[in-house]
Amino acid sequence: MTVAEASDQAQSDALGYADLTRLMSLMTGDEKHTAAATSTLDALWVLYDRVLRVSPQTADHPDRDRFLLSKGHGPMAYYAVLAAKGFLDPAVLPGFGGYDSPLGHHPDRLLVPGVEIGSGSLGHGLPIAVGTALGLRARQRIRPDGSRPAVWVLIGDAELDEGSNHEAIAFAGAAGVEELRAVVIDNQSATHGWPGGIESRFRAAGWTAETVYGRDHGALLRAYRGGRPGSPHAVIAVVEPKD
Amino acid sequence: MTTSTVQPATVRPTAARPTAARPAAADEDARSRFYRVAAELLDEDPRIAVVLADIGADRFARSARAHPDRVVNVGIREQLLVGVTSGLALAGMRPLAHTFGSFLVERPFEQIKLDLNHQGLGAVLVSALGSYDWPAGGRTHMSPGDVALLDTLPDWTVHVPGHPDEAELLLRHAAAGEGLVYLRLSAQTNSTAQPVAPGRFLTVRQGTAESGTVVLAVGPMLDNVLAATDNLDVTVLYAATVRPFDGAALRAGTAGAGVADVVLVEPYLAGTSVPFAAEALADRPHRLLGLGVPRAELRRYGTMEEHIEAHGLDPASLRARISGWL
Repeated sequence: MTVAEASDQAQSDALGYADLTRLMSLMTGDEKHTAAATSTLDALWVLYDRVLRVSPQTADHPDRDRFLLSKGHGPMAYYAVLAAKGFLDPAVLPGFGGYDSPLGHHPDRLLVPGVEIGSGSLGHGLPIAVGTALGLRARQRIRPDGSRPAVWVLIGDAELDEGSNHEAIAFAGAAGVEELRAVVIDNQSATHGWPGGIESRFRAAGWTAETVYGRDHGALLRAYRGGRPGSPHAVIAVVEPKD
Repeated sequence: MTTSTVQPATVRPTAARPTAARPAAADEDARSRFYRVAAELLDEDPRIAVVLADIGADRFARSARAHPDRVVNVGIREQLLVGVTSGLALAGMRPLAHTFGSFLVERPFEQIKLDLNHQGLGAVLVSALGSYDWPAGGRTHMSPGDVALLDTLPDWTVHVPGHPDEAELLLRHAAAGEGLVYLRLSAQTNSTAQPVAPGRFLTVRQGTAESGTVVLAVGPMLDNVLAATDNLDVTVLYAATVRPFDGAALRAGTAGAGVADVVLVEPYLAGTSVPFAAEALADRPHRLLGLGVPRAELRRYGTMEEHIEAHGLDPASLRARISGWL
């Protein structure tokens, strides 16, 4: 089964966007989630529902798209999306954070199917994503339709404070790592902010970048499909300020 | 960091100290051997990638032209060096990451802990300059704590070759494997290579059974240890691989005595391997002496030989310290 075929099959069995609130409440016991808990929800949903070529059946396929959650704290939305898409049995959600649960308050790639990296400490995902993209290129992974696996990484605007991210942004732009796609969830939580805007930081380093409203699924999808050959691409998804 | 591809000019032997550790000629040291062999590995094995942070980049110029996707120079970005190494391993490559020990292990230590260990990935980290190879460069380019730092993490194989031939053998072994390997290269070298087997301590000199005394020489310490223990009734073990720690060899070497006396001579922080020796001897009476680079900063420039003497790791100092303790 190819990545695309398995994705199509999985979609038909999977739950929908409307199920995510219920899935999250299994972890938190809370029917209404704060903005911080759901800041990534729509960006993740559109990625997994419309963009990523990966499914439970292809979670180990060398030609799958990779998604690296660098912003590994508050992962309830991530777990909910993974459960909705069949990577994760919803039955494990109520154990969230428990001793016998695979689901920690930071994800662990060795415990959760479909999770590409263990994360939570800020500033690790983007550098790892750069290396993953380079590694897939070195292994000459090309799908039957001629496309190359993409490597997506999701970070937060405050996570962008970490210098390791700036090492990765500067290098990826200069090296033209075009398989690399970054999603920055901007809930304005960086202590000193980003004068001039986050998008400008990526553009200055040679990336293509676009800023959209992070609750608008159509806008997210269009931005995800943007970019140009030869450059990494960043989508800044602006959501409500962190309270 | 401000120094890029510096070639230490202070590692040549001086005629006045024939018994001191003898560095190889500058073009034959373990670091140069690494550059040559890594280039060969890139040609031989499509899984191999080399990740650099400017240090050594000029030595991989031909390789970078031949294998542009597998020689990655990230610039002076050591956190990214380790993160990219992790990502390459995630994609199924066998990455070799290289820079000076200070910048490879100490500066991005959390990346090593999380991007390699926590992700359950393998990689080969290859350092240069060690603890005192370039004293004129000062503290910034010394990393006597690198092995002790890695000891806070599980699953690392640590090779400390004492000769360029051993470095080549251990590098090829590491490149062909899967796990986490630290290859610690130094300009200090023993006069001859030992027939090392990765993971095993070698018995280089056998004391009497009654002695029960073992002096373990790690990597480039061997020549000085042999000179220091000449005519002493001790068993000299040699470790070019110090993690995992070959506790069985240590137990065998001390088997004949009521109380096991063990001296560890290491080219990095004194006492680094003491907990491992203590664990190997936990069920028998023993005494342990850990010799190496002191924790206190020496704050001197000069030559490698001067630093070896200042740390008490030259043959005369070692003899006095070992026989005084015995």
